[in-house]
Amino acid sequence: MFDFSPTDIQAITLSAKVASAATLAALPFGFAAAYLLVYSRLPGKPLLDGVINLPLVLPPVVVGYLLLLLLGEHGWLGGHLARWGIRIIFTWKAAVLASMVVGFPLMVRSIRIGMEGIDERLVQASRTLGARPLDTLMTVILPLSGRSIMAGATLMFARSLGEFGATILVAGNIPGITRTIPLAIYDYTNSPGGDRMALALCLVSIVLSFAILLLNEALVRRFKRERER
Amino acid sequence: MNLRVRAKKKFPGFTLDVNFSVHSNRVGIFGRSGSGKSTLVHLVAGMLDPDAGSVELDGEELCNVEKGTTVPPERRRVAVVFQAAHLFPHLNVKRNLFYGFQRTSPALRLVDPDALIEILELRPLIHRHVDTLSGGERQRVALGRAVLASPRLLLMDEPLSALDEGLKYQIIPYLSAVYREFRIPYLFISHSMNEMRLMTDEIIVLHHGLVSDHTTPERLARERMGWTRAGYINLLHLSRPHEVDGMTAYEWGGTRLLIAGKGGEGESVFELSSKDILLFKQHPEAISARNLLPCRVVSIFGLEGRVGVELDCGGDRLIAQVVDQAVEELGIREGAELFAVIKASAFRLLY
Repeated sequence: MFDFSPTDIQAITLSAKVASAATLAALPFGFAAAYLLVYSRLPGKPLLDGVINLPLVLPPVVVGYLLLLLLGEHGWLGGHLARWGIRIIFTWKAAVLASMVVGFPLMVRSIRIGMEGIDERLVQASRTLGARPLDTLMTVILPLSGRSIMAGATLMFARSLGEFGATILVAGNIPGITRTIPLAIYDYTNSPGGDRMALALCLVSIVLSFAILLLNEALVRRFKRERER
Repeated sequence: MNLRVRAKKKFPGFTLDVNFSVHSNRVGIFGRSGSGKSTLVHLVAGMLDPDAGSVELDGEELCNVEKGTTVPPERRRVAVVFQAAHLFPHLNVKRNLFYGFQRTSPALRLVDPDALIEILELRPLIHRHVDTLSGGERQRVALGRAVLASPRLLLMDEPLSALDEGLKYQIIPYLSAVYREFRIPYLFISHSMNEMRLMTDEIIVLHHGLVSDHTTPERLARERMGWTRAGYINLLHLSRPHEVDGMTAYEWGGTRLLIAGKGGEGESVFELSSKDILLFKQHPEAISARNLLPCRVVSIFGLEGRVGVELDCGGDRLIAQVVDQAVEELGIREGAELFAVIKASAFRLLY
């Protein structure tokens, strides 16, 4: 039906790889950030909340440009990394990083809502029964946040699949290396006669996103069943 | 147990300001909702720190605001039984029960899990999921979970309030049995006078965040006779029931009490209001009420126009309530011989 070129196939696998890596890498941080926002007594909580949510309201291009300034060869972090022989910009890692930053607020938001729904007295019960804060976190808060963590991961994965603005600035649009599905679609729509392939990749996008939604539903249902057991 | 609380805690629109020490093992905290009972529980358990003051348990300071010290809840060894059980929903009964046990160092474990499971009759529930338990079962598991942590002090924060009337009194024998077996001192928080009478020896009464009285259950019950509609509630522990003419008969006060309806197996507790006891100066000829008890007046106490008459019925005590005029007409005074008449239907089975 559609004749995908090797670079198209690479774009599809790269997209999946970038979104998965970004989601998995962001999970511990997302959980920690949500925990701090819900349970800690940090004085600078509103500020932390603002910083975490900033990428949600900033244009992705701005996020991308700031990352470029930070990670570029003359950037503050990029310079240090270059000395260790590590280069991030214009590699797939940059695409992962861009997705992480842009999708992070969605993940934190979702986990946080779940955590806020946990009855405070369960946390108190666990503490009075001899559990230290970290113990309570691992044995009460984490298991009871399961569904919201899955929902957050799904949202972030979907957001990563669609990430364009920040990615194109920090990772570029190098076929086979940093060209993800959205970038490939953009390319096709800019070249004559590319409409058909653009549509084909759109379909792939839809199928992938839908599959993720179904997977999430199945996981949530299984999680619920396990809890009921 | 020696518990000393000298603490102030401010909330918008409410301030708790208490200073008391208690020395019994079965202490009640009595007060209406909003009187500060739950705040007190939070302060003792370490879920809240006071704004000023200190909490001291058996000579150890759990917190002292002036010195800036506070022992975190997990190291206080003060366990809480909450009003609505609050079992961990992701764990089954067994893992809920052992949550605190596993976190108690073996040297400090004072409670044998098997014995406790036996007493609370939890054996058949042990592998169930907590969502499938009834209200009473949940509360028994919550009690077991707290006791298995071998606490120095157990805080029971209205443990029966969420249960319906009938169920409430089915839990009390479990609470008493656990105390008899393991002797863990407790604070029992409630707004029910009956629960206070059945569960405690010493009571702190809270009112609008202040300690309004430090008393005993018996004294408090007598004082309340003056203004509560139910009057003074006599609690009768009766055992060895046998059936007589479709009623249940118990040996009591050197005679026999006839009670309408069925009592439980073994020992049962019945309540009888002071208002449901009629006093006669002489033996009445014939009466419809089934219980006629000869008795002697032990003491009289007056409260706001109502007079409480403490009676000795063959060694057992009853409190009846009359008005001032009746005292004169019947010649009620210490040592007077009277007859108490009680309808068989006036008794209410608690458990």
